[in-house]
Amino acid sequence: MAQQTATAPDHTPGGGEAVPHDHPTPRLYVQVAAALFVLTAMEFSTYFIEFGALTIPMLVVLMAIKFVMVAGFFMHLKYDTRLFTRLMGTGLLGAVGLYFIALIALAEIPRNVGF
Amino acid sequence: MSAAAEETTLGLDHRKLAMWVFLGSEFMFFGAFITAYLLYLNETNGAPGVELFDIPFTSISSFVLLMSSLTMVLAHHAHTQRDMRRMRLWLLATALQGLVFISGQVYEFTKFVNEGLSIYSSPFASAFYVLTGFHGLHVTIGIIILLGLYGMTLSGKVKPDQDVKTEIVGLYWHFVDIIWVLIFVIVYLIPVG
Repeated sequence: MAQQTATAPDHTPGGGEAVPHDHPTPRLYVQVAAALFVLTAMEFSTYFIEFGALTIPMLVVLMAIKFVMVAGFFMHLKYDTRLFTRLMGTGLLGAVGLYFIALIALAEIPRNVGF
Repeated sequence: MSAAAEETTLGLDHRKLAMWVFLGSEFMFFGAFITAYLLYLNETNGAPGVELFDIPFTSISSFVLLMSSLTMVLAHHAHTQRDMRRMRLWLLATALQGLVFISGQVYEFTKFVNEGLSIYSSPFASAFYVLTGFHGLHVTIGIIILLGLYGMTLSGKVKPDQDVKTEIVGLYWHFVDIIWVLIFVIVYLIPVG
């Protein structure tokens, strides 16, 4: 992976001297896109091939891998400060937390209430 | 105007930081709609449901949107290399792919309505259209931003050494793509499977 990145000047907190950091090259971007293409094709294959109980876990795993690849390489999180990853993670945590709170709340409401 | 990274407390460009804060909130925004969709998945009230979904067609749309993320990141890379002509080319390619995606959504929604699945049909339908409709709105806004950036590079308002502006636009576009990565699986593939 290091040979597919180029160094570029960067800024350090507190206004220190520029420190080189890895920056993806177009070649790496194309490779990531090709991998995303393959992963999407694998997801699409579940429409035709019966994987039984493995279907949903497989789809979730493929979805997670694609998510991490787009966030890490295209959104540059792999090469940027961790603060950006934490900001995204907070949003994601909020979204997932919301889902579980809603699920629990609705499970507690009796069906005959008419909600 | 915006402070250069060296002048800020965190040493980060605060426009980029602001975009990430915004995207964090957007994840929660879409999380709410995905939650509603999942909770209303079986509330079809006898109206059509997931059986209407055309997975092959939607898969093609997904491919197009994924590839638009590639062209977006190539546009940013060209800007960092001060190759503005190539940058504009990749920007146009990104906007065009976005347009193809939106056209696919419009076609799909029209087909669904004709087959009896309108936004009023059921809680499932309402949740589906609100989720995918808001995503489509975000893509449309993204296309407008891309074309605006294209125009601003031509007029000189975005200069060759201001690649952080393209990066920020790129973050928004990749976010729109990443949400579709989630929607495609959660809304289309898992329910139909």
